[in-house]
Amino acid sequence: MNQSIRNQLLLIPVAALVLIWTLLPLYHMLVLSLTPTDAAFAGKLWPDNPTLKNYATVLTQGDFYLKYFWQQLGNSVFAAAMTCIIVLSVASFASFAIGRLKVRYGDVVSNVALMTYLIPAAFLAIPMYQVMATYELINTIWALILSVATFTTPYAIWVLRQYGNSVPFELDEAAKVDGATPLQIYRLVYIPLIRPALLAIATFALLHAWNEYLYAFLMLSNESEMTMPVAMGLFLNNDDAPWPVLMAMGVIYSLPPATLYYAVRKYMVTGLTAGGVKS
Amino acid sequence: MAPLVPAARRGLSFEAAWGIIFLIPYAVVFAFFVVYPIAYGAWLGSNIAGYERVFDDPIYWRTVKNTLVFLIVGVNLKMLIALALSSFFVLPHLWIRIVGVFFILPWAVPHIPSILSIRWFLNSEWGMLNNLIWETTGVFGPSWLSNPTIAFGCIIAVHVWKYLPFWTLILVAGRMAISRDLYEAATIDGASPWQRFRFVTFPQIRNLFITSTLLTTIWSLGDFNSVYLLTGGGPAERTNTLATLGIRYGFGQADLSAGVATMITGLPLLVPLVVLLIRRLNRQAQS
Repeated sequence: MNQSIRNQLLLIPVAALVLIWTLLPLYHMLVLSLTPTDAAFAGKLWPDNPTLKNYATVLTQGDFYLKYFWQQLGNSVFAAAMTCIIVLSVASFASFAIGRLKVRYGDVVSNVALMTYLIPAAFLAIPMYQVMATYELINTIWALILSVATFTTPYAIWVLRQYGNSVPFELDEAAKVDGATPLQIYRLVYIPLIRPALLAIATFALLHAWNEYLYAFLMLSNESEMTMPVAMGLFLNNDDAPWPVLMAMGVIYSLPPATLYYAVRKYMVTGLTAGGVKS
Repeated sequence: MAPLVPAARRGLSFEAAWGIIFLIPYAVVFAFFVVYPIAYGAWLGSNIAGYERVFDDPIYWRTVKNTLVFLIVGVNLKMLIALALSSFFVLPHLWIRIVGVFFILPWAVPHIPSILSIRWFLNSEWGMLNNLIWETTGVFGPSWLSNPTIAFGCIIAVHVWKYLPFWTLILVAGRMAISRDLYEAATIDGASPWQRFRFVTFPQIRNLFITSTLLTTIWSLGDFNSVYLLTGGGPAERTNTLATLGIRYGFGQADLSAGVATMITGLPLLVPLVVLLIRRLNRQAQS
């Protein structure tokens, strides 16, 4: 017992170091967001006159950079929701066809899909932009939604297939004997039983679309069409931009994904470890 | 009279037909947003002049070096620290679990606000870091982001900061799955903590560790945000990696062929990693 407490005391410096390293950038974001804009260049550990004014500025769209804040927040929500719906339906259909109906060449499809997931998105950005231009989707939110869905779906198929293997095939057989069509098996057997994995990939798709910067930045240039990350990136164009306001926007923008992440953390780990990153 | 041959006999069973129907949505996505862009990219990349412009640019060679440093230093640093920290976070004490909750934050918070925060934090004139250095030691801190070597070090640090929690978590999950009996047996045999790690823990998570390292190498190659949001590739384009340089050629200079050519020169590195990884994943999925 004493041994254990002594060992734990030795770990405190490790914990302190880890926490400082982890939290300092986020603490800095918070501090800067509470700093009056005219004190942004002071670099204080804690501002002399902390204020919530920057948050008020964001919420009332009270700055040149924030004219479309609510619209952009809405765009981000819409993009995340649509991406989530597309990924969930396309991936659950495909994983059902490959894993349960054992469609011919299913494994080939699955491997090719996985390969596209492994190509870093940045490497495909130029042709993807051109293709979206051909479809006349540039400067519409659908360019972002479809790009993110394309990169997220293969992973979702993979996770669902892995997880689906744990659902006994006898259930499908039993349903078939009772005269169920594949569509009924999908709806009444498959979907209810893979729900934890669906929750994991839904979260994954939501976070991916909400967080995506590169594709959004390339494909959305109208301020009223932008998602929030692109709008925040605009602050980089000008050194005089009010960074404390940007950081207040950053805090607001970070809250939904962080909350969501913590709410479903258990499922995320299950899903991720089921989906390939397992021993 | 022509014999009535049911559809099933002619090759497609009822189930197979349904299987194809269920695959159609993904096939459509795949054709329009994977096959077409890749074919288009290959076409753009078949332009030899694009490669000539890229290879004549000294920035490109600097970028290749940067990319290799980023992968070798960044990936190893991240994975070794993750392995070490997994020994800490795997401990069963409540307070360590609470530390773990905070430790995950960099992964849960989106890239753009946190990296922009670090960018301001590191500003050599008005950032908090140099201000603290000045107040405590009375010397001017280094110009973090305007010296290319230091700036690239900062990029690696940002990358590690952002992705360390995720990989630590994965390794912790792997270690949690190791049977307690193995440790008890090792302890009875008189194994030291290091021996327990070396002969029990590591062999058990070896596969996971290698798969994770391959995966994170591939993802790191495509890490656009850590570079672009921290330094924008500067100063003087000296901190680019292939991912940001390709975007810079393609969009900054509107030279699509050069942009695609840059990305394609990354393929000799990327393709073997992808093939290796897919083989491993399939083998692991089967066992």
